[in-house]
Amino acid sequence: MPHKTFFAFILPSLIAMVLFIALPIVSVVLQSLYVSHEQVMVEVENCQPFGGCTSELRVDSEATAALRDAQPLGRFNGLGTYVDRAHLASAELGAILSSDRGLPAKWAQILNLPFYKALIFTLVYCFVVTPLAMALGFSIALAVNALPKVTKGPIIFFSLLPMIITPLIGSLILYWMLSPNGILGATIQHIFSDPTLSLRASPALTWGALLTYGVWTNAPFSFVVFYAGLQTVPGDTLESAMIDGASRWERIRFVIIPHLAPLATFVALVQLMDNFRVFEPIVGFSAEANATSLSWLIYNDLSGDAQQFGSAGATSVLTIIGVVILLSPVLVRTWREFKHKAV
Amino acid sequence: MSEAMAHKRPVLLNTLIYGFIVFWVILAAVPFLWTVWGSFKVEADFFSRESWWNAIFGTATIRQTGEAFTGAGYYGAWITRDFWRAAFNTVIVTICVTAISLTLGTLGGYALARSGRNYAFWILIAALVFRAMPHITLVSGYLLPFFQLNIWGVLPTSIIVLVAINQPFTLWMLHSFFLSIPKDLDESAMVDGCTRFQAFRLVIMPVMWPGVVTTGLFSFLLGYNDFAVTAMLLSADNQTMVPKISSFLGSIQETGNVMYAVAAVVSATAPLFILVLFFQRQIVSGLTAGAVKG
Repeated sequence: MPHKTFFAFILPSLIAMVLFIALPIVSVVLQSLYVSHEQVMVEVENCQPFGGCTSELRVDSEATAALRDAQPLGRFNGLGTYVDRAHLASAELGAILSSDRGLPAKWAQILNLPFYKALIFTLVYCFVVTPLAMALGFSIALAVNALPKVTKGPIIFFSLLPMIITPLIGSLILYWMLSPNGILGATIQHIFSDPTLSLRASPALTWGALLTYGVWTNAPFSFVVFYAGLQTVPGDTLESAMIDGASRWERIRFVIIPHLAPLATFVALVQLMDNFRVFEPIVGFSAEANATSLSWLIYNDLSGDAQQFGSAGATSVLTIIGVVILLSPVLVRTWREFKHKAV
Repeated sequence: MSEAMAHKRPVLLNTLIYGFIVFWVILAAVPFLWTVWGSFKVEADFFSRESWWNAIFGTATIRQTGEAFTGAGYYGAWITRDFWRAAFNTVIVTICVTAISLTLGTLGGYALARSGRNYAFWILIAALVFRAMPHITLVSGYLLPFFQLNIWGVLPTSIIVLVAINQPFTLWMLHSFFLSIPKDLDESAMVDGCTRFQAFRLVIMPVMWPGVVTTGLFSFLLGYNDFAVTAMLLSADNQTMVPKISSFLGSIQETGNVMYAVAAVVSATAPLFILVLFFQRQIVSGLTAGAVKG
């Protein structure tokens, strides 16, 4: 296809992506280097008829507003926002690590730093939910594959629901069931015979609920992909494995799993990418006291009356770096394959 | 093959398989059924302090309203709290996002599938990286410029942003669908005197509908399910359903109208149920088509 035709076809799509994906990334980087203006102070002389003059500092709101209008980005702060307490907190982190406390105390202190609290939860969510959801999805796929044909359709229908549901709505539905007055929350209190046990009070329960939600909503995707993969397992290989005396488990282990391995890489990649941006469940479960994520930090900076663009920008840049690190194995592999093809 | 093997399966294994499937279906479906059922009760039943049997029999609902089912939550959400307006906005946003995404995506995906040059490869890789961006990181880049340009808060801005965010996914998916259509088809049309665009429109598009429908479903889901973009970029009057529900949470939990939120959640789930009911096969084929997911 000639260059001209190619670009004529792709131009609208390209413009949309450059304007609304590439430029915002630039804008985020810029914003992260600035902080909002301090209020302009003026010295005002207060003179009374008797008693002389006192001078005091006052906020000049007019000048502040004018300055904010003239330079909406704020004042240049360099990498200051990145190292402050709300982000990488290099000074605080150094102090914590060099203190002579025990490891658990240090860990607790690190968890008090907002960025690390969010980062740790995000990573735990990614690397716990993804393998568990894949294992659950694979088991469902194996089980459904063994069922008579008529039942498959309805089961796939119900299985799709947790995945297709709006993340905020799905998490609300589970949250209401798990709240102390909901069916599951009350049951949990009953089981542990502890009437004060609730999502709000217990960090462990909150993490458990969020991870459960993650597995619940991620499993169907693995299930559908693995189920489709199972239909392509060569029957001859399975039969010869049976003739050679392989047990059911050995057939799964040595025939089916190797056959599905490339699919598993693909599923893992997609799920990791999606789970890295975990955000809605934290809003839905009102979990911010016990668990936050990187995306939630940005949302929190941006909502409310005082929007902190600098802080949101810095967290966004750090998140984007995280995404690139997460994607790097794929990018490197694709690049190698591409170069290989070119040579 | 699996059915033939079923006869030879030991009873224990069969029980295990059926038990597991029943467990999973309960896990997947019961939260929805429970919430739909509970949305027709009063709060004292759905969030019962005494026993969850109240939610099933509607003890407090009968006491308060005289009947076992009540539509009070729905009335409160849709009429009192103007949820209908949010629903209407959602209709506009999802229809526009789906239509524009597909138009741009089919053109771009076709070009990418037929080019085979280096830059086409790089555009696909860039799209893959863009696809992985958490949407909220992009939103923090939009806000300040949108405030400056005075286009914050209105539906068209959100629609364009959602279309752009959706492009990487749409391009990948349609690109792989176009790859499965033989090149000879459009090339022979061009030998017969069609321009590239005529070949695309008259020869390729008629055989592309299954791919377009599947991709369209996922574009629809992206627009419908989005929270990050619509919550941050729309003013309170223009909110779509999902941010509206989240704004319910803060204000309603204090005034004791949680059932408004429950009713709104059920209302917003219903279209997704219908979607899966009618397009189950397309959704499954889209998920397994490789490359991407919504």
